Amino acid sequence: MAVAGDTARSQGFAEMLKDAALASLVAAVLAVPLLGIRLIDSVQGLLLDTRIDWVWQAALVVFLGRLAMRLLARGAMTGGVAAGRRAFARFGERLAGWMGPLGWLMLGFAIVLPFLPFSDRNVVDRATLVLIYVMLGWGLNIVVGLAGLLDLGYVAFYAVGAYSYALLSSTFGLSFWVCLPLAGLLAASFGVALGFPVLRLRGDYLAIVTLGFGEIIRIVLLNWYHVTGGPNGISNVARPSFFGLEFRAPIEGEPATFSSFFGLDYSSYHRVIFLYFLILALAMLTNLFTLRIRRLPIGRAWEALREDETACRSLGINPTNTKLSAFALGAMFAGFAGSFFAARQGFVSPESFTFIESAIILAVVVLGGMGSQIGIVLAALLLVGLPEWFRDLQQYRMLAFGGAMVLIMLWRPRGLLSNRDPTMRLHPPGGERAP
Amino acid sequence: MEYFVQQLINGITLGAIYGLIAIGYTMVYGIIGMINFAHGEIYMIGAFISLIAFLVVGAAGITYVPLALLLVLVVAMFFTALYGWAVERIAYRPLRGSFRLAPLISAIGMSIVLQNYVQLVQGARVKPLPPVIRGGFTVMEADGFAVSLSYLQIIIVVVTLALMAGFTYLITRTSLGRAQRATEQDMTMASLLGVNVDRIVSATFVIGASLAAVAGMMVTLYYGVVDFYIGFLAGIKAFTAAVLGGIGSLPGAMLGGLLIGLIEAFWSGYFTIEYKDVAAFSILVLVLIFRPSGLLGRPEIEKV
Repeated sequence: MAVAGDTARSQGFAEMLKDAALASLVAAVLAVPLLGIRLIDSVQGLLLDTRIDWVWQAALVVFLGRLAMRLLARGAMTGGVAAGRRAFARFGERLAGWMGPLGWLMLGFAIVLPFLPFSDRNVVDRATLVLIYVMLGWGLNIVVGLAGLLDLGYVAFYAVGAYSYALLSSTFGLSFWVCLPLAGLLAASFGVALGFPVLRLRGDYLAIVTLGFGEIIRIVLLNWYHVTGGPNGISNVARPSFFGLEFRAPIEGEPATFSSFFGLDYSSYHRVIFLYFLILALAMLTNLFTLRIRRLPIGRAWEALREDETACRSLGINPTNTKLSAFALGAMFAGFAGSFFAARQGFVSPESFTFIESAIILAVVVLGGMGSQIGIVLAALLLVGLPEWFRDLQQYRMLAFGGAMVLIMLWRPRGLLSNRDPTMRLHPPGGERAP
Repeated sequence: MEYFVQQLINGITLGAIYGLIAIGYTMVYGIIGMINFAHGEIYMIGAFISLIAFLVVGAAGITYVPLALLLVLVVAMFFTALYGWAVERIAYRPLRGSFRLAPLISAIGMSIVLQNYVQLVQGARVKPLPPVIRGGFTVMEADGFAVSLSYLQIIIVVVTLALMAGFTYLITRTSLGRAQRATEQDMTMASLLGVNVDRIVSATFVIGASLAAVAGMMVTLYYGVVDFYIGFLAGIKAFTAAVLGGIGSLPGAMLGGLLIGLIEAFWSGYFTIEYKDVAAFSILVLVLIFRPSGLLGRPEIEKV
């Protein structure tokens, strides 16, 4: 018996070796034209250079990777990994129970972050950037995670918010606090205007159309010189004030500034911390809104629509209006985030609103598990925070993004911490526990 | 009038290229019902491989132009087809039968990967290629404006027509084409009747990628420059062409490509060149809203 098992295993291993060798052969052939030959720019035009060692390395990596993959897959069949996977699933369930406390813990950490001993301007600045993506991810999550509409042009609404604030404040001199709701409103109206004609379309067509809209808005911003400043953008956007108290060095005879009002020494760090708390508050607003609206009829209609549109239609839910509300609300939060972005940078240009930006936000949502709030925070930390700390990896960042999107789809199509359970249940699985 | 004819010639050339890419979209959509978002990048890889192949052929001392063109064509088609095959095998096949948006998200990821891969290994700068085929005719001349038709434009249109003819033959007359049409109609039934569905889907990707490689080679010759970013816009426009012609319909893809090429040429000739991409995107949106089945497509019935 044991002998038979051994031969089967060794045959299996030989087969695996063959499979891995085949994969590495394909990889080597694929690598020849693009990795094996390098184009060199020179004054006489392009020159060629070879780097055959890269081809071998690529083939070797693929060979080992494929072999490891097959061994793991066999391990899963013989039981070792299966037990591990069960344990992982149990861990996931337990983790789901810890989600609430974990969320509070993270919020607590976020609040004290600027006052921790290791925090400096850099840390807070990067945390602000991560929070922008957390907020965008939560906003897009309403559209993608809850309503199940794949929006590839989300950055368009972000751009609308940013340009609304930049234009309103530089043309009419309106303050940030007046512009913020206006920017959200404008972005939401754009969402309605763009969404209304196209939301009847099926999932993948909708994705491409939203991508088209995103690009149209970017091209218009790029070419409408006398309003948007074209590729130069709009600079000197007014910075937000703390309830009318500005962040600048106090000048005698001028209205009080933030530092003079509170009797502090002036430091430009104050503004950084203020902006950090501002985006934290905005992000938490988005989070709270999402958590609450999921319990309302409209939120439940979104989740139902995501699962089965035909069934919803026959139950009397109006799919167009329901989708439109998700689209508009998602756009509104992008508008808020956009006006914050403009206020933080003090400068907007079409360059910040390319398709790649949409793809990054989508990657955050997809990776985090569509529908999971905490998952999005973790994904934003991973995708935006990590590369910010490791500058050397910057050039591999997009490669890793794309690779992560593919791998997540292959491995866990519902995302890392997937949460597709309906928010409301008629009969909760665990007895009378609140959902 | 002369200006009109010139734009017509340019538009047809451009349309032939878009049509070749559009076929890849429409075939894949017809068979497995997914938008192969990475197809634009496959075309970009085709353009890069052609550029490299031109330089290699030049370095090998082959100066007879038709032979060089043929060699580059074969090399580019082979390697690009292998890329297309690998992409399907890695990123799409395991997701067959997953939820509807999974393959699309995976394809977007793959497209980002391919774009950045090429940028990393070959650099971000625009790569120039000196003109390989020079010269042409002057079709008509009036008021100091000469309408020119270059040899290259003739080659592009002739090669496209030849490929179309061969491709139509493949689909309608050979056993591979028959199996493909059967798989398109009903994948389960085809597999029950002994069609190796996996192989047919792979073949579809291979054919689509090799046609995209031809398009990439022609663009390299036509514009003389290549960079890692050309796939995105060309991909969107070719997808628009496929949708305009009716997705899933092969003559539709060709017709759509031709129309998109003409619209773009006339738009930039008579209106503003800055907004020529907006024209393509607007057509996409309008077609999807008012006639989602396209010009030659069949309306899709949603089954529960």
